[in-house]
Amino acid sequence: MSDLTAEELMAITASRLLADDKVVFAGVGMPLLASGLARRTHAPRLTIVLEGGIIGTSLLPGKLPISTNEMRAAVGAQMLTDITDIFLYAQRGYFDYGFLGAAQVDMYGNINTSVIGSMAQPRVRLPGSGGANDIISLCNQVFIVTQHEPRRFVPRVDFITSPGYLSGGDSRVRAGLVGGSLGAVVTDLALLDFEPSSRRMRLRALQAGVTVAQVRAQTGFELLIDEVGELPPPSAQEVAIYRELRDGPARVAAGAA
Amino acid sequence: MGHKPAGRAVADKRMTAQQAAALVRDGDHVAIGGTLYSRTPMALVFALLRSRRRHLTVSRSLACYEIELFLSTGALDRVVTSWVGIGLPWGLAPIFRHYVERGEASYDEWSHLAMGLRYKAGAMGVPFLPTLTMLGSDLAAAVDLQTVSCPYTGQQLAAVPALNPDVALIHAHRADMFGNVQVDGYRHMDVDIARAARTVIVSAEQIVTPAEITARADQTMLPHFTVDAVVEAPHGAYPNECYGLYGPDLEHFDAYVASIREHGPAAGLRYVQQNIDAHPDFAAFLAAAGPGRLAALEAEARELMPQ
Repeated sequence: MSDLTAEELMAITASRLLADDKVVFAGVGMPLLASGLARRTHAPRLTIVLEGGIIGTSLLPGKLPISTNEMRAAVGAQMLTDITDIFLYAQRGYFDYGFLGAAQVDMYGNINTSVIGSMAQPRVRLPGSGGANDIISLCNQVFIVTQHEPRRFVPRVDFITSPGYLSGGDSRVRAGLVGGSLGAVVTDLALLDFEPSSRRMRLRALQAGVTVAQVRAQTGFELLIDEVGELPPPSAQEVAIYRELRDGPARVAAGAA
Repeated sequence: MGHKPAGRAVADKRMTAQQAAALVRDGDHVAIGGTLYSRTPMALVFALLRSRRRHLTVSRSLACYEIELFLSTGALDRVVTSWVGIGLPWGLAPIFRHYVERGEASYDEWSHLAMGLRYKAGAMGVPFLPTLTMLGSDLAAAVDLQTVSCPYTGQQLAAVPALNPDVALIHAHRADMFGNVQVDGYRHMDVDIARAARTVIVSAEQIVTPAEITARADQTMLPHFTVDAVVEAPHGAYPNECYGLYGPDLEHFDAYVASIREHGPAAGLRYVQQNIDAHPDFAAFLAAAGPGRLAALEAEARELMPQ
């Protein structure tokens, strides 16, 4: 599948991490697409929750919401509640998975979506946390999905909007974050996780055709590396389902013609 | 913070959006209901923008382009929220960036749950609520978030402080003249925002009889004694969506963002002049959008509703 975009590759890789009968707290965009793909492939009983207050959305292909609070996000939902209530389900520990993107992520999985530069003198004031801080603090297992570039994989984030393993070791638990954990980092080059004692980012597997040297070159800090596997490439079926979900059936047919 | 007045009268609270906006004073903290571009009380927001109040603080769950309009008219000193953007397809909010990066306005950034719990603490009449979110982050340090130890277990928790807005603006599907308020679909953070606020202004798509409220009492979101003013505002969330009734006018946002590209930060004031100041009221703004446009958005909403 040489015509795959980075986003497609990441979404398909991420979708495979979602097991059946679990509950995933997804955001709009790629996390929602990855969750929808999992439901249409190996995890038909995966429950998708959105922060606008939606439990159990099933998504209309080609008409995915661009806000978690709009009507399109509620298609097929089993329950509509309010925003605070959704996050309190997360705090209670009901949500198996959370999904986050990242403008910047560091070796401990800390994420910045608030500011480039300092808060006192911002070079770029980003939109802010939204629910990201809550998702990474409260969901049982969080996946970070982002393109693998040195400007994103930085030694230290400018600002910790969303706490990963903070300064490593047990610093996250000592800060009072007793619930959630970071599951994996999914990129267009690799699958990574966090080594259990130091909590530093560790290379686990490469996307098909990618080398360790390439991953190192695109990471702004030193990765832990021991045994490295290779991820099976996306299947034609996964790609077709993903594109239909994103574009709707008509455009897929048009593209094939 | 202070206590609410002990119950509002069962009185006719109907007034125009402009009369309701006059309840907001310079320097007030105004909380805006809905979220991003869903069920935002736009008729009330436009009336407030028209009144050119100064030194406002605005809080919301997720803030959309209305923040840029308040900044552009010089009305806003501070925004309190977890996220400011126009929406996913349009990237960062350039006018917001312009003002905040130059230090001309402040952005107090909390997490989404922390915002919800701040309103909830305000609504509950307690000074703070304990939570497991925001701990360990720079977000906590930036707003000087304090922690508290559980008196029973010693567990460390974040203590998010109550937020009690001076005025809440809420848009609903139905209300009676006394201020019994019903919504369909998502409630966003509206219940807590209203119950936390000192003064509550509700716009409704439709003013219904008290009997119609009673017939569907399970749908009532706010009882009359929490509400100070009721404004009839059909399509009162446009160009945002209103659950089950009409979809968002995404082309309106496209045009807004295109105007920012062309005119830079001045596009915000131009928008206010052309869409608010140029019209006598919100109905005239809707008329300019055109009945065909509104009908198309209504059809879009009907298609999405469960059959």
